[in-house]
Amino acid sequence: MSEEKGIRAHLGGHLRENGMLLALLAIVAFFTILLQLREQPVNFLQPLNIANLFLQNGHVIILALGMLLVIVAGHIDLSVGSVAAFTGAFAAWAIVTLGLPVWLAVPMTLVVGGLIGAAQGYWVAYWRIPSFIVTLAGMLVFRGATMWMLAGQNIGPFPREFQFMANGYLPDLTGIGKPHGLTLILSAAAIMVLVWLGLRARARDAGFGIAPEPMGFFTTRMVVLTLAIGFVGWQLASFRGFPVVMVILVVLTVIYAFFTENTVAGRRIYALGGNEKATKLSGIRTERMVFLCFVNMGVLASLAGMIVTARLNSATPKAGMGFELDAIASVFIGGAAMSGGSGTIIGVVIGALIMGVMNMGMSMMSLGIDYQQMIKGLVLLAAVWFDIYNKQKRG
Amino acid sequence: MTALLEMRRIGKSFPGVKALDQVNLTVEAGEIHAICGENGAGKSTLMKVLSGVYPAGTYEGEIHYDDALASFRSIRDSEAKGIIIIHQELALVPLLSIAENMFLGNEVASRGVINWADAWARTSKLLAKVGLRENPQVPVGKLGVGKQQLIEIAKALAKDVRLLILDEPTAALQENDSAKLLDLMLELKAQGVTQIIISHKLNEIRRVADRVTVIRDGTTVSTMTKDEITEDRIIRDMVGRDMENRYPARTPKIGEVLMEVKGWNVTHPEQPRQVISDAGFTVRRGEILGIAGLMGSGRTELAMSLFGRSWGRNITGEVRIKGEKADLSSVSAAIHAGLAYVTEDRKSLGLILPEPIAKNVSLANLSGIAERGVLSRGREAQVAEGYRRAMRIRTPSVYQQVGNLSGGNQQKVVLSKWLFTEPDVLILDEPTRGIDVGAKYEIYNIMNDLAAQGRGVVMISSEMPEILGMCDRICVMNEGRIIGELSRDEASQEAIMAMILRDGILRDGILRDGAANGERVA
Repeated sequence: MSEEKGIRAHLGGHLRENGMLLALLAIVAFFTILLQLREQPVNFLQPLNIANLFLQNGHVIILALGMLLVIVAGHIDLSVGSVAAFTGAFAAWAIVTLGLPVWLAVPMTLVVGGLIGAAQGYWVAYWRIPSFIVTLAGMLVFRGATMWMLAGQNIGPFPREFQFMANGYLPDLTGIGKPHGLTLILSAAAIMVLVWLGLRARARDAGFGIAPEPMGFFTTRMVVLTLAIGFVGWQLASFRGFPVVMVILVVLTVIYAFFTENTVAGRRIYALGGNEKATKLSGIRTERMVFLCFVNMGVLASLAGMIVTARLNSATPKAGMGFELDAIASVFIGGAAMSGGSGTIIGVVIGALIMGVMNMGMSMMSLGIDYQQMIKGLVLLAAVWFDIYNKQKRG
Repeated sequence: MTALLEMRRIGKSFPGVKALDQVNLTVEAGEIHAICGENGAGKSTLMKVLSGVYPAGTYEGEIHYDDALASFRSIRDSEAKGIIIIHQELALVPLLSIAENMFLGNEVASRGVINWADAWARTSKLLAKVGLRENPQVPVGKLGVGKQQLIEIAKALAKDVRLLILDEPTAALQENDSAKLLDLMLELKAQGVTQIIISHKLNEIRRVADRVTVIRDGTTVSTMTKDEITEDRIIRDMVGRDMENRYPARTPKIGEVLMEVKGWNVTHPEQPRQVISDAGFTVRRGEILGIAGLMGSGRTELAMSLFGRSWGRNITGEVRIKGEKADLSSVSAAIHAGLAYVTEDRKSLGLILPEPIAKNVSLANLSGIAERGVLSRGREAQVAEGYRRAMRIRTPSVYQQVGNLSGGNQQKVVLSKWLFTEPDVLILDEPTRGIDVGAKYEIYNIMNDLAAQGRGVVMISSEMPEILGMCDRICVMNEGRIIGELSRDEASQEAIMAMILRDGILRDGILRDGAANGERVA
């Protein structure tokens, strides 16, 4: 019985992530086939679309990374859309109105984001005001502050360096040009690192007597990932190479995945989300961790705000509307629990990509925004239902 | 006598587990029938089968109730026949009043409009039946656990109960509240209410039960009548072997003073009253010190305020550990100073239930498995595995969710967590609460090992026999002060109670109201 239970527990743990990956692939395949079957066939997986997927959804993924930490800690942040708009406006004011150089304005804006996060985190962590209330207030305050800062107008355009962050592509340092050499090299390196890390983790697990994932699962996942990265890399290389946003995303994802799984601070956030009182009585300063989660969220919101502003090449009072909902939906589609204490970075990134692919696919099928909203809502509900259903079956 | 209830050859399977197999239980009309068994033996499952939580058809065997074959499809069905269960976790809504709780789901109303006057009057009558004099409009949350338990029983009486099932009713109660509850059970019996009591407390079973059925590993082991009941026999049947001594033997090797607390004062976090006044005690190397006292005497408050000021405010006093003044200003400072505190409530204060054993064990000492802030999962697994073996935590692997373990194994995980912080002094608050006899013995063994390793162990417990059986020295607490100390040889239940009683009289100056004092002390 114990053997059987062990495998089931293992499957339960990995089912979610493997299932998410499969769901993403299935949705991609679904749109690819559907668009091919139309009277004028369109290639869903053409390089431009792949690049656009990241260019248009980068901000959601960035926000979702921070949102995961906030949600794991047992809180929520409704203000990220407004904060992104405000920091975008701040960057515009600094660069366009004041004429500050980009290399100075960008870190300044990140600091402003961090301060906003700190201001909200202070009330949540040290005064124990529910985060829903504090960030609802923040949502209103910073939307208002954005309008005040922009005085109801758009600010733009931006210098090229600032736009590069959102619209640029990696230069081909190899000089091959077509296909983009650096992109191919980076893709190959990514695949190798991924496989090497996977094998190393397996070897280590075996060394410590941890039951490893069945070899079949591992190989299948590695093959799927290799093909996916290879395909994306090749397609992008034949186009203009990796977008800068994508590089930012990959770097952030790796950092946050490492942080959540392998660092003391990351573990503390999960512990406090799982049982705050027990964590506190284990000598962990839980208030401080909550506070820092909000600071981090503020910094990421300002990064997302700058990327969106740079892409539109102007700061507008209406920027960032509904970002908070996209980020929160991605986190929950990605398998995090509302009550805190669980959820993974990889899950969240896949969750955000699922939303992004659906947005793009439905738009290309020229489905109205009305239907798009309804379908997205139902997908969120279905994903969370699937989680709860699985838990009940196991429990 | 005729049988009110007969459960014949009951079997119940869950995927992969046979929880009940060929269980037979006969309850005579008008008797109090006790069911004993270790945690996980199947007692609760059996009661769920009886009450219709597991509907007819999902289990094997037959239930005969009141001379008819019963097939309950829900709790509603069984309640309609007068079978009412009072669960260990009380099912009261704390913010609603006594009257609202009393008729919850069964409101005193006509066409959906509640008749409050009638509800209150009926509530008062029901409260009187269980010996309570409370205002029916008081929110239930304002009452103590003992009174809440009585309200649950009153609620059952409101539903014309014929068979009352009490699942570990005294687990959370102090001795005098338990005594009241047991008296009430006997009174109800005199009124003809048949009762089933599930309990770990063998002295209580002896006091109220007419017959006892022991369940082990999902089957009935024995049923004994009143004159056959002995604690030894119940224990033997429960654990399947003889238990010669309930407290493992040990020869204490007591060394120098490890920790010394002097003049400790604590004020209640919300109310302006002092909860701990001028408390002081010492713990020596290799010693098990007991702290005895009634509920509300401030034992847990003392421990939690010492452990990083986790409770109360305006904390003053001095603590020395190994002769040096100890900084206990935060939990991490207290851990650093060599103190560990195993909480009374392990589920909500000690463990992260959805996380595996490994992560729970490392939680209080993450730097012990990390280098420059980066965790080593391998080291974590090794540490947890080491404790799994040393503590004999029964689980297939250290990746098992803690929430799936039995109470005894959960407690071992909490102990592992604190041992990994390498403490000099461990304060254990009710370490065996809600744990079955076999696992208790193992916890006692672990405590003895800790003392033998040269640590100081402080044990807080409401179970007097446990304190008397385990401790080298006993401090008696009353109303926030440590009023005296007894050595192992001097200590007895009577001596402790006499000390508390004398302290009460001393503080009141004179015995103003004999009844009130008698009630508090009994």
